[in-house]
Amino acid sequence: MRKNLDIVIAYTIMLGLIILVGFLQSWSMALSILCFCLISAVMTIGANIQWGYAGLINFGIMGYTALGGLAAVLVSVPPVQEAWQAGGLNMILCAFLIAFIVFSVRFVVKKYNRSRKRNYGIATIIIVGLILLRLISAPAIESIEAVDPATTGFLGGMGLPILFSWIVGAFFAGALAYIIGKIALGLRADYLAIATLLISEIVISIIKHEDWLARGVKNVIGLKRPVPYEVDLQSKEWFIKLVEKFNQGTLNLINNTIERQEVLKQLIIESSTVFVKLCFVGLFTVVVIILLIITQKALYSPWGRMMRAIRDNEEAANAMGKNVVKQHLLIFVLGSAIVGIAGAMMVTYDGLFTPGSYRPMRYTFLIWVMVIVGGSGNNFGAILGGFAVWFLWVEAAPISLFLINFFTSGLDETNALKIHLVNSIPYFRFLMMGVGLLLIMRYRPKGILPEKIKHI
Amino acid sequence: MDFLNAIVLLLNYLFVPALSYGSQLALGAIFVSLIYGILRFAYFTAGDLMSFGTMFTILFTWYFQSLGINLGFLPTALLALPFGIIITILYVLIKDKLVFSYYRTQKSPPVMLAMVSIGTMFVTQAIVRIVIGPFDRRFFDGEKFIIKANEFKEMTGLNEGLAIKSTQAITLLVTVVVVSILFWFLNKTKTGKSMRAYSDNEDLALLSGIDPKKVVMITWIIAGILATIGGALYGLDKSFKPFTYFNNMLPIFAAAIVGGIGNPFGAFLGGYVIAFSEILLTYAYKKFFVYLLPESLEPEGLLQLLSTDYKFAVSFSILVIVLLFRPSGIFKGKVL
Repeated sequence: MRKNLDIVIAYTIMLGLIILVGFLQSWSMALSILCFCLISAVMTIGANIQWGYAGLINFGIMGYTALGGLAAVLVSVPPVQEAWQAGGLNMILCAFLIAFIVFSVRFVVKKYNRSRKRNYGIATIIIVGLILLRLISAPAIESIEAVDPATTGFLGGMGLPILFSWIVGAFFAGALAYIIGKIALGLRADYLAIATLLISEIVISIIKHEDWLARGVKNVIGLKRPVPYEVDLQSKEWFIKLVEKFNQGTLNLINNTIERQEVLKQLIIESSTVFVKLCFVGLFTVVVIILLIITQKALYSPWGRMMRAIRDNEEAANAMGKNVVKQHLLIFVLGSAIVGIAGAMMVTYDGLFTPGSYRPMRYTFLIWVMVIVGGSGNNFGAILGGFAVWFLWVEAAPISLFLINFFTSGLDETNALKIHLVNSIPYFRFLMMGVGLLLIMRYRPKGILPEKIKHI
Repeated sequence: MDFLNAIVLLLNYLFVPALSYGSQLALGAIFVSLIYGILRFAYFTAGDLMSFGTMFTILFTWYFQSLGINLGFLPTALLALPFGIIITILYVLIKDKLVFSYYRTQKSPPVMLAMVSIGTMFVTQAIVRIVIGPFDRRFFDGEKFIIKANEFKEMTGLNEGLAIKSTQAITLLVTVVVVSILFWFLNKTKTGKSMRAYSDNEDLALLSGIDPKKVVMITWIIAGILATIGGALYGLDKSFKPFTYFNNMLPIFAAAIVGGIGNPFGAFLGGYVIAFSEILLTYAYKKFFVYLLPESLEPEGLLQLLSTDYKFAVSFSILVIVLLFRPSGIFKGKVL
C-alpha cells in the first residue's frame, strides 16, 4: 500500500474530478467523459507497450483506431444481399487476385537472387496485377455503390453482435501493424514516427474513399448496441421501479399525483441515458482491467525484462542472443492490436462510423501526450495520463472561460480584447496541451507516475 | 497543331501548378532538413511555424491596406513579408531559448527533442488560432493573372489556353532567389561552411573552434525566414487556413525524407518530386490523349491513374517506397 501510495492518490484525485463534473455539470456528461477516458486508457496502454516497454515510436495510432472502427461496421451491420449479388463475386475475385499477387511476389523474391532482372519481374507482376484488379473491380464497385446509395451502397457486414468486433478489430489492427512493421521497423526512431504517421494517413484515406467498403465519408449510422436503448428502458417495468426507488426522497415531497407523474417521467428519461452510459462504463472498465492485468503480468515476466533490456541497450540484448527484430515486430503488433480494440470500442459507444473524423494529425499527438504525461513504461501512469489529458481536453473550455473572466475582470463586457478571447475559447485547449507537455517534459520527464522497476 | 494543344494542356494543368506547389513544399522541406541536419531532430512544428509566419504577414498586410499602402499590381503581402519574417525569427529564437536550449545542454536523445517539438507545435497552433482564428482567409490583392487563358488562345490561335497566375510567377521567382542565396550562403561563406561542418561532424567542428551557439542561432533564423516565405507564398497562391498548414507538414516531411534528410539540396528537389508525382498520378489524361490519338483510338474512361482523393496518399506511398529501397533518400542525406 505504502509503495503504491502515489498511484492511489493520483487515481482518487482523477475520480474526484470526474465526480465533481457530475455535480457541477451533469451526470450524463461526467459518464461520457469517463467512457472516453476509458477508451483513451486502452489506447494509451497500446501506445505504452510500444513506447514504454520497447522504445518504439508509433504515430500510426489513428490508422489502427480507424481499422478497429471498420471492424465494428463489418461485424455488426447485416449484409446487403443486393450489393453482394451486384458485385460480390468480383470483389471476392479481387481478394484472391491480391493474395495471388502477394504470393507470387514472395515466390519470386525467395526463388531468385537479388538482381536487376528480378526487380523488373516483380514490377511487372505488380503492375499487371494492379491493371487486372482495376479492370475487375471498377464495374463491381460501380454497381455496388449504385444499390440504394442513400442508405446502403456498400457490401455490408456479417450481422453479428458488435462485441465480436472488439476482437476482430484487434486482429485487423494487428495485421496492419504486421505489414507496417515488416516495412518500417528497420528505420531509426524519428523516421519510424513519420513513416507510421504517413501510413496511417494512407489507411484512413482508403477507408474514406472506398465507398463500397464502409460507405466512406457518407458514414454508417445506427450500429447495433451491446447495451439496451434508452427508449426501450423507459417503458420497462423494472427500470421505472428502480428509478422510483432511487428518487423516493424527492418524489415523496410532491403530493399532487399528476405533477408527481410528470417529475417521474422526467427522471426516467434522464436516468435512462445515465443507465446506458453506466453499462458502457462497466463494459469498458472490464476491458481496461483485463488489459491492465495482462500487461502488468507481461511487464514483470522474463519477457518484459527482455523487452526493457532491448529498449535500454539493443546491441547488448542482441549480443545476449535475443532476437531484437522479432521482438520489436511482436510488440509492435501487440500494441497496435490493443489500439484496434479501442477503435472498435469507440465506434460501439458512438453507434456510428465516421471516417472523416479520424484525423491522424490531431489525435495521434494527443494520445502521445497522454502516454508521456502519465508516465511511459508504467501502465498505471499511462492510464492516468489517458484520463487526465482527455479530461483536460474536454473541460478546457469551461476552465479557460473561468480563467479569462478572472484575468479580464477589470475590463468591461464590450471590450474588444475580451470578446475576442471569449470567442477563441475552444483553442485554449491546444495551449493547455502544449504548455502541459512542455512543463512535464522539462520538470518531470518520466511522467506523473514514473516507471518503477522491481528488482527481484 | 493537336500536338501543340496537348503540350499546352499539360503545361496548364500539370506543369505550372506542380512547379509552384513544389516550390512551396521545397522551401518548407529545406528548413526541416536543415534543422534535422544541425539540431538533429524531427521538427514537428514545421507546418505551424509556417502558419505563424503567414499569420503575421497577413496582419501586416491588413495594416498596410488600412493605411492605403499597396504595391500596385503586386500583392501587398510582399511588402508585409519582411515584417512577418522578423517576428517569426524572434519567435523561434525565444522558443529556442526557453525550450530547446535546455535539452541541447542535457544532450537529450533526438526522440525527446521531437516530442518537445510536438509541445511547441500545440502552443504555436493555439497562438495562431487565438490571434487570427481557424477560418479560411484570402489576402491576395493586385493583378491576378499574368497571362489569361483567353488572351493566350487569341495570341497563339490554339484551342487550349495557358493561364499563369501572378502568384505562381511570384512563387517561382522568390523561390529561385531565396534558394540561390541560401546555397551561396551555405557553400561560399565562412558561417555557411561552419554550419555544414557542424552538421557533418559535431565534435570535430567544436574542436576546430566553431561556435555552436552561433550555428544554432543561424539555423533558427534561416528556418524562420524560409517558413514565413514558404507559408506566405502558399497562402497567396491558395488560401490561408491553419489546419491546412498543419496538414502540409506531412508532404513537407515526405519531401525532406525523399530528398535525403539533412541535405538541403535534396530537400529542395524532394519538394518537386512530391508535388509532380502527386499531380501526375491523379491527373485525368483523357483530353491529352484525345488530342494526340486519332479519333478511332479515342479513350473511353478518364484515364486517371488514381482518383484525386488519394493525392496525399500518393506522396506518402512514394516516401514509403523510397524508405524501403534507399533509406538515406535519393540524394544521400545522413546515413541512418
